[in-house]
Amino acid sequence: MANLDAYAKVVGESIIGDLKLLAEKLKGKIIQNVNSTAMGGGVAEILSRMIPLLKELGVDARWDVIEGSDAFFDVTKKFHNALHGRHADLAKEDFRIFDEVSRKNIERFDTYGDIMFIHDPQPIELIKKKAKNKWIWRCHIDASNPDMRVWKLLRSHIVKYDAAVFSAPSFSRQLPIKQYLITPSIDPLSDKNKDLTKEEVDVVFRKSGIPMDKPIITQVSRFDYIKDQIGVIEAYKQVKRYNDCRLVLVGGPAKDDPESGKVLDEVRTKADGDPDIHILLLPPDSHEEINALQRGSTIIVQKSLKEGFGLTVAEAMWKAKPVVASAVGGITLQIKHKYSGLLCHSVEGAAFEIKQLLNSPEYAKRLGENGREHVRSNFLLTRHLRNYMLLFLSLFHKDGVIYL
Amino acid sequence: MTLSNEKTAKQPFKFYTRLHLSELTGLKAKDIVGLLRYIKKVPGSSIYHHTHRFLQIHQYLSPEPPNDFAYWVSEALGEDELGEKLASIDTVQFTTIRGLRDKIASTIEEYIKANPSSKSKFVNPNEEFYFIKTLSFIIPTPYVAHTLKEFADTLDKITIDSIYFHIFEARLRLERGTNDFSFWLGTSLGEEELAGKLSGLDPYTRTMNDLRGAIIKLVRSYL
Repeated sequence: MANLDAYAKVVGESIIGDLKLLAEKLKGKIIQNVNSTAMGGGVAEILSRMIPLLKELGVDARWDVIEGSDAFFDVTKKFHNALHGRHADLAKEDFRIFDEVSRKNIERFDTYGDIMFIHDPQPIELIKKKAKNKWIWRCHIDASNPDMRVWKLLRSHIVKYDAAVFSAPSFSRQLPIKQYLITPSIDPLSDKNKDLTKEEVDVVFRKSGIPMDKPIITQVSRFDYIKDQIGVIEAYKQVKRYNDCRLVLVGGPAKDDPESGKVLDEVRTKADGDPDIHILLLPPDSHEEINALQRGSTIIVQKSLKEGFGLTVAEAMWKAKPVVASAVGGITLQIKHKYSGLLCHSVEGAAFEIKQLLNSPEYAKRLGENGREHVRSNFLLTRHLRNYMLLFLSLFHKDGVIYL
Repeated sequence: MTLSNEKTAKQPFKFYTRLHLSELTGLKAKDIVGLLRYIKKVPGSSIYHHTHRFLQIHQYLSPEPPNDFAYWVSEALGEDELGEKLASIDTVQFTTIRGLRDKIASTIEEYIKANPSSKSKFVNPNEEFYFIKTLSFIIPTPYVAHTLKEFADTLDKITIDSIYFHIFEARLRLERGTNDFSFWLGTSLGEEELAGKLSGLDPYTRTMNDLRGAIIKLVRSYL
């Protein structure tokens, strides 16, 4: 696990110095993080990186996990989908199961933190134990178009918290409590983002059977209709008429999505045996391979029809790659059109922008460099840590300008 | 250590830094009329956020992108003329958020009056303008300068956030009238000419790194 010194080399000593100043102000406070799983999933991943760094800074950050039955987690999975605006077959029994497991957790769970930092819907009902300590609810989910039955239930608990945190402005709703915007981040020292040598990159391309003889356009995403791999192939075909290039579609099957296999079949049919289209199915832990594939690409595409935050965009930008991405969800927070990447709204738009970048390598290079610096300032783990510490400190102040 | 031929300030300059959190207001606009309505009623900290956010998050870009209102009006609504007018508002001329807010609102009002059809344009569902407020945290740093040389040397070491605080936030959000550096140079170190030149820099048309370089160059020319 990387320590603060390693991050200082990436972001600069002064940024780490700011973190130390903030940590000093949190001395004596216990920050108790609560979620529903110690391993697997984005929340566990981010906590497993953040807690050790907070401890190294001298912040007493802890992490506890609630208990739940399989039936409970089936229900919370349905809640997750319902918050995303997907159809979820919710019955009265589902709400009963949620309530019953929550009640058991309330009975047995020790909420000892000075600041209770509750992640996602699963432990949300712990708020019933609120005493004099401060409580924050962290929503990691895109709740911009939720099923109102689920939102109504969650809202009845959220309003009792001191503050709520969302990853994008569009994910939030009108609430009578303070709401903060804290965007997700990438870890520059993780396998997915760490620097690789040219040889390491070349090996992955060789093993994947992708010659690096012409420009490579790549999209990294699971095979899902909303990721629009079909649209990416259509854009590639429009580009290919004028610019010789390869298309790489990298992803894994979405295990909890029965449509994933169907999408993959359709993508293969659409590729129609084109030897310059490479469809790679990788296991979920292929972080270094994905890193290499991104680094060896000329342009990264993210042509999603819908997107939560879309951190693959930040990953590509961190590698100084020019990005063409749909103007949906959190992508618009990461890319400012023509400044740090290009945004598109259609297959034709994507194709046009890819051609622009292929034909104007200097422009592509500048966008890529801007993108990397944009990520360095705004989407690295250190910024995320700083935001969390500011969030904790904000709970003890009322004014818009806080003197620490 | 202070050199014998260097003036020592009556009061040392204490460097602060400023960090921020973004607070969501839950307010959003999907057309120009909605944007204007909320610009008139949101807290000053929201006007401040949307006119200064670009400076903080795009510290390296050149040319500097415009403020959020200008960007949205051009890119999402497609009203390039209004976008240009909003982008070219000379923020440095305003010493209060209130004055800046009035100027932004009157610019939009005049445009709507001259271009009534602009009222009928709506953005796509994903492209609404979300109003956000800035919550500022001001923190003392260990850096202190007693002389011009110490001041110049320290400008090299402090973070961009510290420069940002003393140049932008102190002048406009805290309504100190001028930037902290000019105030100290003029009143405490007796360097009135340098103070005047420094307050004459337009910080809004430079990247933060370029601004740091320009200030250091100017200060060093007086050593």
